[in-house]
Amino acid sequence: MRPIESFEVPAPPRVNYINAQYGLKSWLLTKDHKRIALLYLGSITFFFFIGGLYALMIRLELLTPQGDLLQSTTYNKVFTQHGIIMIFFFLIPSIPATLGNFLIPMMIGAKDLAFPRINLLSWYIYLLGGVITIYALLAGGVDTGWTFYTPFSTTFSNSYVVATGLGIFINGFSSILTGLNFIVTIHTMRAPGMTWFRMPLFLWSHYATSLIMILGTPVVAITILLLAFERVARVGIFDPALGGDPVLFQHLFWFYSHPAVYIMVLPSMGVISELIANFSRKNIFGYSFVAFSSLAIAVFGFLVWGHHLFVTSQSVYAGMIFSFLSFAVAIPSAIKVFNWTATLYRSSISYDTPMLYALGFIGLFTVGGMTGLFLASLATDVHLSDTYFVVAHFHYIMVGGALMGYLGGLHYWWPKIAGRMYPEGWGRFSALIIFVGFNLTFLPQFIAGYLGMPRRYHAYPPEFQVFNVLSTAGASILGFGMLIPAIYFVWSMRYGKHAESNPWHLPGLEWRTQSPPPTENFEVTPIVTWEAYEFAPREETEVVGKFRPELERI
Amino acid sequence: MAIEATTQPVHGHRSLQHHFENMEQQREAGTLGMWIFLVTEIMFFGGMFLAYALYRSLYPAAFASASNHLDITLGAVNTGVLILSSFTMAMAVYFTQVGKQRPQVLCLVLTLFLGLAFLGIKAVEYHDKYEDHLIPGRLIPGNPFNPAVQEEGQPIDHHKLHLLPGATLEKVEMFYWIYFAMTGMHALHMVIGAGLLTFLIIFSLKGRFDPEYHSPVEVVGLYWHFVDIVWIFLFPLLYLLGRHFEHG
Amino acid sequence: MSEHIVSVRVYITIFLVLLVGTALTVLAAFIDFPWRLNTIVALTIAVVKATFVVLYFMHVRYSSRLVWVIVASALFWMGILFALTFSDYLTRDWISTQTG
Repeated sequence: MRPIESFEVPAPPRVNYINAQYGLKSWLLTKDHKRIALLYLGSITFFFFIGGLYALMIRLELLTPQGDLLQSTTYNKVFTQHGIIMIFFFLIPSIPATLGNFLIPMMIGAKDLAFPRINLLSWYIYLLGGVITIYALLAGGVDTGWTFYTPFSTTFSNSYVVATGLGIFINGFSSILTGLNFIVTIHTMRAPGMTWFRMPLFLWSHYATSLIMILGTPVVAITILLLAFERVARVGIFDPALGGDPVLFQHLFWFYSHPAVYIMVLPSMGVISELIANFSRKNIFGYSFVAFSSLAIAVFGFLVWGHHLFVTSQSVYAGMIFSFLSFAVAIPSAIKVFNWTATLYRSSISYDTPMLYALGFIGLFTVGGMTGLFLASLATDVHLSDTYFVVAHFHYIMVGGALMGYLGGLHYWWPKIAGRMYPEGWGRFSALIIFVGFNLTFLPQFIAGYLGMPRRYHAYPPEFQVFNVLSTAGASILGFGMLIPAIYFVWSMRYGKHAESNPWHLPGLEWRTQSPPPTENFEVTPIVTWEAYEFAPREETEVVGKFRPELERI
Repeated sequence: MAIEATTQPVHGHRSLQHHFENMEQQREAGTLGMWIFLVTEIMFFGGMFLAYALYRSLYPAAFASASNHLDITLGAVNTGVLILSSFTMAMAVYFTQVGKQRPQVLCLVLTLFLGLAFLGIKAVEYHDKYEDHLIPGRLIPGNPFNPAVQEEGQPIDHHKLHLLPGATLEKVEMFYWIYFAMTGMHALHMVIGAGLLTFLIIFSLKGRFDPEYHSPVEVVGLYWHFVDIVWIFLFPLLYLLGRHFEHG
Repeated sequence: MSEHIVSVRVYITIFLVLLVGTALTVLAAFIDFPWRLNTIVALTIAVVKATFVVLYFMHVRYSSRLVWVIVASALFWMGILFALTFSDYLTRDWISTQTG
């Protein structure tokens, strides 16, 4: 199948999912996966800014060695709430609930997800969990760290542990329902001809993500529930004062929370696979390897949680097993990175904004992954555990990995979502700013952590100040860079250039319907006769790649 | 079957939702969705089974002492009640598949009744534990498990609770917490199941289900059987495994 | 995939098997088996009973391979949770505390 080459200015959009119905009620009671995706987009952006606000407070406090902006207890609450909001209310739903929700039915040629009502329900559950958590933050906050380690959380903390725990417990069901919906949809709703190995890699990675969601989330749900009971009724199995074992809590908690890292990064990898293939106009190198490495990451991700327990009373023999298995998870990750780079080799790359994010992802994810090996090694982890090295490492994965993929994907599919183009020049500019700001924020933290600066303190010895000043400066640049897309996305919804059905000239199913799509996605159920990423022969591709006047202005 | 499907009009059945191609696809999605939900349920209970297995292996004497106090007769009767309800549920699915409405309603009502009977017997058991001061939790005033209460010199009901050598009250309390957490979570699932059954009965009285559209009955059936399976494990693990603790 | 209707006779048989299983497990609890056999016997009976429920009442025996995979994967992940957690607890005593 050749890319559709149409450069005429599209006619004013016909009836689509946005203008099909008007009024608040038509949005709040919608069963359309595309509208629900937008509801999610709005709410996670809201939480992202709250989480960002806490990040700002952390970085401001750490500008100087003394605790002059925040007291130690306030600081504990601030970093805890930064973690809880960012992890449970932004990163975990970010790509699946917005881009995944919007695109999965379209990419397989279906009219909707298998359970539209459950999809809407998941958003309301998310909101309910969010409201309860925000109540906890406003009522007095929580200071246990996002990990809720007992006995501090069950006995000693004077903060709103139960309310926050309840918010996270409820929010977990939203994640479970999303995962359930995706798996059933991908199994039963594929259009005729859309075989498993014709699916875009975005779908494979979302399938793997959904597996983690349905297998891991219930375990953390019951764990948080038991923890809340333990705190309220003084009865339990975790707190040593009650005869329990706190390490059991850590086992159960990390059984979910380590795989949760892959909930955050796997969808991002799916986005990156799309971006790399499509912006280098070349079939992905080793499609089936990339597809199965997603599943391998989902499975291996469940075997490594013990590396969070290296400095607890966990048996050293179990530590050895976990260390070995943690190294093993590097294999499927590396397969992906090598396949992406192999795809780029001798291809016709166009450096549009989404591609800049994709290239940024590859670099940052590699740094994040490699530094993870330091922490997976028993001996070095003893030195690095609970230092800023860890903080830098997981931010490279979560911000450098998950967030880059999210922003890249948002730019890439924005013409389809909004029916408008974002301003390309500003897009590239902000992508660059974000990349620079991110590295300036977190690279110094590797060094500070390696030199021994512990995490989770509001004050620190003066010799670490230089790293913290750099980091705060970087965070300011990063924050500024984030504001730019926030502004121009909103701007483009009204003033952006109308997008064609297929602005990037790609073969994927989602580009074969109008922008924005009609409520039922396709006029007629499509019949798929082509492979994923099937581009025109090389000579023609290059012509198409070059002849794109609307992108060559900058 | 395939030939039949093509000869039917696309939007034939009144219960076909707009985004499905045909009833077969809709049914398949419903069943698959419930199975995946049951996977999450298995993992949900899995966390508690893990805690049980761990502490039972660490404190066998205390767990045996506490387990011996549970009422095997009531537990066994309840197991029978639940198995019978599973059977009537399976028959309800059967009668829906063959399109016999009256026995279908009857089976659903029987299932609901048996489920409520289970919950009733469970309530009696809980009440017995309450009478014997075996409800765990340090916040409960006068709880014999509470070290503060023990220090005040209040008598502990040793005739009610025979402590085997090596057992401590702290770990006995832990057993009862696990017992109440697991059976309580199981009972909560029964209550939800009873709610679902009530809806099924209303819809089936209205004649909404037929051989072509019976997904809801089938799916609730899967859920009900799952809850039954959880009890099949809970019964021996909580009521029976404490009898011969000296062998571990 | 057309659906298979299980006959009433099969249902009744399974029901009776489950009742017998319950009786057996209660009986077995009062017999003093050597070593840890009491635990193993009780769990074996429970697994057998659960298998019958899954295969017949829940129709897995007549279901697509996908349902088999789903059931198997749930058990597999439970296995991961148990095996790796116990890999910690069962090996804690391997290091003698005197040497430390």
